[in-house]
Amino acid sequence: MLNLIVVLPFISALLMALLYLQNTEAKRYWLYTIIGVGTALLITLLSLTLLYNAINGMPTLHTTLFTWIRLGDLDIKLAFMADRLSLVMIGFITFIGSLIHIYAAGYMKDDEAYGKFFSYFNLFMGSMLLLVLGDNPIIMFIGWELVGVCSYLLIGFYHHESANIKAANKAFMLNRVGDFGFIMGISLLFIALEGHGFSFNAIEENISLISTPMLTLIGFLLFVGAMGKSAQIPLYVWLPDAMAGPTPVSALIHAATMVTAGVYMVARFSFVYIQVPDVGLFIASIGAASALLAAIIASYQSDIKKILAYSTMSQLGYMFIAVGLGAYSSGIFHVLTHAFFKALLFMGAGAVIIAMHHEQNIFKMGNLKKRLKLVYITMFIATLAISGIPPFAGFFSKDAILVTAFASQHYIIWGVASLTAGLTAFYMFRLLFIVFHGEAKSQKTLQYLPRSMTYPLVVLAFGSTFAGFLGLGEGYGNSQLINTFLQLPDLHHHLSHATEYMLGAMSVFFALFGMTLAYIMFAHKTQEPQADSFVKRVIIKKFYVDEVYETLFIKPLLLLSHFIAKVLDPKLFDGIIQLSIFIYIGLSIRFRKLQNAKVHFYALYFLLGLSFMSLYLLYKLGVTL
Amino acid sequence: MTPNLFFLLASLLFSIGLVGVVSRRNLFVVYMSIELMLSSVNLVFATLSRLLGDAGGSTMAILLIAVIAAEAALFLAIIIHLYRQSKTLDSDLFSDLKERT
Repeated sequence: MLNLIVVLPFISALLMALLYLQNTEAKRYWLYTIIGVGTALLITLLSLTLLYNAINGMPTLHTTLFTWIRLGDLDIKLAFMADRLSLVMIGFITFIGSLIHIYAAGYMKDDEAYGKFFSYFNLFMGSMLLLVLGDNPIIMFIGWELVGVCSYLLIGFYHHESANIKAANKAFMLNRVGDFGFIMGISLLFIALEGHGFSFNAIEENISLISTPMLTLIGFLLFVGAMGKSAQIPLYVWLPDAMAGPTPVSALIHAATMVTAGVYMVARFSFVYIQVPDVGLFIASIGAASALLAAIIASYQSDIKKILAYSTMSQLGYMFIAVGLGAYSSGIFHVLTHAFFKALLFMGAGAVIIAMHHEQNIFKMGNLKKRLKLVYITMFIATLAISGIPPFAGFFSKDAILVTAFASQHYIIWGVASLTAGLTAFYMFRLLFIVFHGEAKSQKTLQYLPRSMTYPLVVLAFGSTFAGFLGLGEGYGNSQLINTFLQLPDLHHHLSHATEYMLGAMSVFFALFGMTLAYIMFAHKTQEPQADSFVKRVIIKKFYVDEVYETLFIKPLLLLSHFIAKVLDPKLFDGIIQLSIFIYIGLSIRFRKLQNAKVHFYALYFLLGLSFMSLYLLYKLGVTL
Repeated sequence: MTPNLFFLLASLLFSIGLVGVVSRRNLFVVYMSIELMLSSVNLVFATLSRLLGDAGGSTMAILLIAVIAAEAALFLAIIIHLYRQSKTLDSDLFSDLKERT
């Protein structure tokens, strides 16, 4: 069953790819829909069954498909492990994935490459499940790379525009930087274990063999991989550009699942990070900085998808604060709730974009609340959830993280995170008010939205409302279902209920403050942000990070390649080759004089040759004259 | 008569033939020089046959004379043919295999 969950999407991806390649022109809407969405629904059913079994006390599942590599100590099996962490992950990945598949069937309906899209989409599902279910870091890494490939393919899906291809390449290359760190970390881990097995269980048992400095390095390198995949400072610049892909892709890959792979990885390696709290603190600091930076940038963006992209980065920052400070369950809990409300936000945004005839600038929308009632209500719920207004899902998961930060006495991180919470409410409500309230900017008739695009929103809205009750903190009834279920090595801090209530009240206050501010500023008159002061200009230009990277990395690289292409290669390497050619030409000019087509000269060479041969023979035979 | 004189004569004839082949351009002279060299070899055969009392050398010499006669017929035919084609016997002018420059 476990094997089936991973293998099925790959098979259907292959099937659809073959069908698509067999005839790229054919309109086979229902065929592709049945295969693509059907597979997603099937694996959802299987995953939820497994999750249900695990809740009823099923122990960790291990299955092996086959042995892949066996070289001395290196014994890599294509094996899967379904412990409680990965089951929670596949549960929501397949569930939300299926909803987005259904949504995509509506969103992509008129696309020429519909079959290709679903082939990629199923390939992504398979890769993501491979990543989550892999029994050893190598299999995890394969999944990790495959989701990167799918992300690349889907960002560049509208490949007729060169900007999209550029965005896809940017995402791919920045992920390579991160993956380099990741693979170094895995290799070091393998070397340090000295052949004591390489499955996650074996690593956990033998973790005491590794010295602390080595473990610190491994933990850091693995986190470099997470920085790339989960868009944290300094490798985050690809995520906003990744919004060039179709909106379902942004919802599935760049919001709900793939970008949270870094958080999952840290939770999966929690037995490493629990030993090196310094690296954990570093992770939490990076997370806090990313959260704040992204929230500031998001407050001045005007592209609806870019705002959501920065918001994703900001929420990922929260997750890293949690896992960095040792609250792995809270991190995964936020991954879960975030998947619900962020997928919902993206799908709502996609619906708005479709309805507005592919308009993405929020300042060209307005007063859509009557005309897109269902989208408005569901997006309102999602916005409440992400802003952390109780009792919606985001409040409980975000509160758990803020409490952890406060209780572990990292007050700076807590302060930054709380400030970000306020900013989150501000920029999310800014988006909501500008798009759905405000004055209408266009009177064009809206495009009709198919039901496959609106019903998934409702399901996700329920999820965004109620998912939070899975992990109520101590002060709110202490159900903590998800924390006890996950069985991760969390660091526990105890806080009095009074402090906890106070923290909760403060975050709600911050959120309400941001919300009110957004209402005052944007609910009635809306204006695109103008770069009229220095600070504003810097923020609108996204702190010039892209430009800085351009001068720091891209320009020197271009200069270097220019130097090699224009100086080193033609002058030095070609020079050596040209020199040998000149030598041959010079020699041939001299030697061709011998071949002058005069018979008696040839006879002379003949004679000379014979003479030398005779002399040699005389010498060899030892004849003395 | 010591056999050394015969060897000396043979070497002389061979050398004259060799110089003729290398230095002369007229095809007839070249041909005659080649014949001269062959004859000198024949002389060595005959001398050694006599010296060692072995009839093999003499047999070889007689056979060689026949071969030389056959070769002469072929050679002369080629020379006549070449002359008919290009009205010259200068070997330097026959350079059809030289690269065109």
